[in-house]
This record gives sequence, structure tokens and C-alpha cells, in this order.
Amino acid sequence: MRYNRWALYGLLCLAAIMIMAPVFIMISTSLKSMDEIRNGSIFTLPADPSFAAWRKAWFGDCTQTLGEKCGGLSSSFMTSVQIVIPALFLSVGLGAVTGYSLAVWKMKGANVMFAALLVGMFIPPQVTLYPLIIMIRELGIFGSIPGLILVHVIWGVAFTTMMFRNFFKTVPQDLLKAARIDGAGFWRLFWHVMLPLSLPILGVAMILQFTYIWNDFLLGLTFGGRSGQPMTVALNNLVGSQFGEKEYNVDMAATMLTALPTLAVYLLSGRLFVRGIAAGAVKG
Amino acid sequence: MNGVELRNVTKAYAGITVMENINLEIADGDFLVLLGPSGCGKSTLLNMIAGLEPVTGGAIDINGRDVTALEPDERDIAMVFQSYALYPTMSVRKNIGFGLKMAGMPKPEIEERVNEVAELLQITPLLDRKPSQLSGGQQQRVAIGRALVREPAVFLFDEPLSNLDAKLRADMRIELKRLHERLGRTIVYVTHDQIEAMTLATKVVVLDRGSIQQADTPENVYRRPANRFVASFVGAPTMNFVDGTLARDGDQVFFDTGNGKLPLVDVPAEANDLVGRPMTLGARPEHLMFDDAGISARVVLAEPTGPDQYVRLAVAGAEMTARSGPEQAFKSGSDIGVVIDGARMSLFDVENGKALLHG
Repeated sequence: MRYNRWALYGLLCLAAIMIMAPVFIMISTSLKSMDEIRNGSIFTLPADPSFAAWRKAWFGDCTQTLGEKCGGLSSSFMTSVQIVIPALFLSVGLGAVTGYSLAVWKMKGANVMFAALLVGMFIPPQVTLYPLIIMIRELGIFGSIPGLILVHVIWGVAFTTMMFRNFFKTVPQDLLKAARIDGAGFWRLFWHVMLPLSLPILGVAMILQFTYIWNDFLLGLTFGGRSGQPMTVALNNLVGSQFGEKEYNVDMAATMLTALPTLAVYLLSGRLFVRGIAAGAVKG
Repeated sequence: MNGVELRNVTKAYAGITVMENINLEIADGDFLVLLGPSGCGKSTLLNMIAGLEPVTGGAIDINGRDVTALEPDERDIAMVFQSYALYPTMSVRKNIGFGLKMAGMPKPEIEERVNEVAELLQITPLLDRKPSQLSGGQQQRVAIGRALVREPAVFLFDEPLSNLDAKLRADMRIELKRLHERLGRTIVYVTHDQIEAMTLATKVVVLDRGSIQQADTPENVYRRPANRFVASFVGAPTMNFVDGTLARDGDQVFFDTGNGKLPLVDVPAEANDLVGRPMTLGARPEHLMFDDAGISARVVLAEPTGPDQYVRLAVAGAEMTARSGPEQAFKSGSDIGVVIDGARMSLFDVENGKALLHG
């Protein structure tokens, strides 16, 4: 029994080290100077930790300007925020309403529509990329932030609809009957009864959607154009640029900066996230 | 008329008729109990009155107004559910006031009415709690409050006490009865519990397989069941049934089972017409009387319940249950004389189960 416990802890520690080692190397490298990186091992701790690389990754180096920008990630961070906020609220809000109508209101063809949504969820985005490009182009918003937002909403809504639909299916029939007798129609039942009930699921949907949209690279690269370049695409440009010496410390700092918002969301909402995942049927 | 009237109400699911031509009048101020086993259609009937399920045919009037095509909230009804169905995210105050808020009543007035109802149900200290912080009995009180506050023409109760434990159920039963006597509102109440039906109802409607078996006062449903189904469903322990024929030997009337003759006492004169005809005798446990002059019965088992004892007897080729006071001792395997109270027995047709005669 005791040996089992030790084996268990050992295994957990090993897993934690394997996952955390790259993160550790990234943070450590980002705090080093280029001289130190060139001459030392990647595992040694920084001798003289400095945030210079982080500053450069964020603000760019205005002595070697790329166009009107200084090449830092700060401007694309703002672009990402402009994309994520509306795309997040639209995809989650729409998913909540469609999931609610599919689960609660018996309409003709609801099951067929739900099946179609499910199929949509399992088709990889690469497959529908080209038709989607044509659609967005025809709408005249290709290569812009609104175009990219729309694509994210289209992709996200299938997922959020499924989440909300499955949750609302667990709401007891008697509760819906009671609300009907109290005179709550479609919107008021949704707003006063169902949405407050779904807060845990709402939290999970927000977190997952935020992560998907923030971390997305393919759609941002394809639909964003120059004006709608999200942080992930800017990071790729920064890290992948072939001019001069490779600045590992700046690359590492830039990567950490890009990953930070999703990390922060997980860390701040960890408990809520677990609760939402575990949220089952509403007690009658 | 005031109250509720069902006219030729029919219900079909996917083309299969489950209820046909239900006609029922519920007078203003009645406490009507729909009683029946699960699947008998009592909840469906209630949901149709509520407007939660559409009728396939026929019409429903509430207070003289045809509500067949109206939404539940337009029917002037309120409903209490078995699962209470309180809104989990709202406080008790908001739960009770929700219907009024949906109806667009101004806030101060809602507040006033919620307080009034809370006072009446003695739940004022609970008003700011969430349903999950309440016990089952308190939740049910809130659910009743949510119905009361709307001051509807008709209250609908769907097995409201079935989720409560026995003690609480008995308390709430008394409270409901008191509430009805105090407010005098029309109530339609669904239950499978015959004790609830007997104690609460001014009128009981016994349902089986989608049709009304009997609609009468609780006394008559118990005392003069319309058929064998009603007789067996109402009463616990259940009525004893024996097949046989009425026979007469001078002044003494017997029920001849073929394996023995059960003596009947105080048989009404109308029974004479039924002599010789095959039928089913129905006798409740309290209608079997111990009498040394009667037929000899063997004690199989005695079940003391506290105030009473129920004694299983093997008599005339059948097993019957008799009720006795707690004092007498019954020894399994011993013999005892039994007669049946002909003045309170029931006789049923063997073929269709319809009642032929009540003593």
C-alpha cells in the first residue's frame, strides 16, 4: 500500500517535470542575454536575469522599424482582443439561444438540425476553408477583423450549441411547465430561468471558446489579412523572420506573452471550470 | 357555470386514442381528486386542464369560458408539482412573485401579495432563501404559495405530497384541507394515494386505462363502488373478492363458493332477485365478523398494525382478510367462526365487474 503511494507520487512528479520542463526553459531563456544563450547550456539558470527581451518582444525595437510599427506584439495583442471579445460573446450567446431552443422547444426538424450541427463540429476546418473564404469574400469582409470574427462565430456556434443543448436537456420538465404556467414565453423563460441555471456551463463555454479563438492560427492567417492579424500570426512572423541573428530570448518572451492570456484565464477560473464540467442535472 | 367542465375530451398520441369522451363537471369550490394507478391517465387529464398538453378533441371550460385553445397562463389556473419545480436560482420571494412579474404587475403590489401569501403559509422567514436551502416540506409550501399568490380560478395539484416522508405528508394533508376550507377555491388534485383521496376530496374521480370508472363522493366511492376495479383500488387492505352464487336456506342467506357456504347477515331484500346467479362477492375486512355460529375459518396469519389487527383466514376455499381489534389473540392454525355483514357487502357481475347490489 505504502509502496503504491510512492510509485503514484513518483509518476505524478515525473509527468509534472515533463510538462513543466519546456516552460521552465522558455522562461529561463527569455530572461538571459544573447551572449549567455550562445555560450551556456539551455538548462542553466540566467546569471543576470533581465526583462529586456520581454520589453523587446512586446514593444518591438524601434531602431529597426518594420513599416510604421516597431515589430512588437503589442499592436497584434490589441487586434486579438478586438477579435476575441466579440467572437466570444457572439458565439457563446448564440450557442446558448440555439441550444436552448433545440433542447426545450419541440419544433419540427430539431433533431435533424442538431445532427447537422454535430457533423459540422467534426469536420476539420481545413476542409471547409475554401468555401468559407468564398462566402466571406462575397460578403465583402474578407481580410478584415469583422470577417475573421464571423468565421470564428460560425465555427464556435456548433460547439457552444451542443454544450448548451445537452445541459438544457437535463432541466426537469416540471420546471419548464411551471414557467409556462407562470406565463414565461420563449425569451423570458430563457432569460429569467434557463440562463441563470446555465452559469457553470456558460463559464466553461466562455473559457473554451476564449482558448480556441485566442490560440487559433489558421483562421487568423487566412481571413485576417494585414489589418486583422491576431497575436498568434504576429508571433509566427516574429519567430520565423529570417533577418540577422535569431534572438532566442525575444522569441521565448514573445511566445510566453502570447500564451499568457489563456494561461491566466485557466488559472483564474480553474475552480469554475471544474465545476462546470462536473455540473450535472439540476435537482428537481 | 363556474368551476371546470370537460366536454367530450379525447386524447390521442400518434393516432392511438388513450382517452375517449371524458365528460366531467367540477363545481365551484369542489376539491376534486383524480385517483388511479400509474398510467391511468390522471396526469394527462390534469395537464390538459392546465393547457400543458393539447386535447385531441372536445373542449374544456373554466369559469364558463372555453379555454381549449388558450395558453396555460391565460387559463386562470395555477399548478403545484410533485417535484415542487421551484426556480433554483431565484429566492423564495422571487419564486412566488415570478408569475405576477410575468403578468406585468407593478412591483409594490407583487411585494404586498407575496408577503400576504408568505404570512398565510408561515414562510415569511424563508423569503430570502434559495430553494436548495429548504427542506422538502418547506419547498412544497413555497410551491403552494406560488400557486396561491396568483389567485386563480382553479388550483391544479399533481401528486404534491408524493415526495414527502410519511409524517410530513400527513401534516401537509391536513394543512391542504384547512387551506381549502378557508379559501373555498376549486381544486383538482391528482394522486395515486387513496388515503389522500378519501381525506381531502369532496368528489373523487377514479380513473383506469383512460376512462372514468366512478365519479362520486369519497364515502360513496368507498361504500358503493361502481365496479370491481374501484372496489379493489380503494381501501387498504383491499376488499375481499370471492366468486360464487347467492343461496337461501329458509331465512338464512349464504354465499356459496362451491367449497363452502359463507353466511350473510342482514341481507337487503333486493338480494332475493339475485339468488342463483353467478357473481362476485366483495366484502371489506371490516365486514367480516367473528361469530361462533358462522362458518369455520382457519387462521393463516395475524398482522397487528397497532390500532387494528388484520387476520388472514382460509375459508370456503378462499383466502380472506378480516379486521379485528388489537385485544383478541389469534393463533395461526386455529379455527374461528365467521359471518359476513350482508348490509355492507357488494355484489359484482362476474363478466363485466359492474356492481349489482350494495348492501
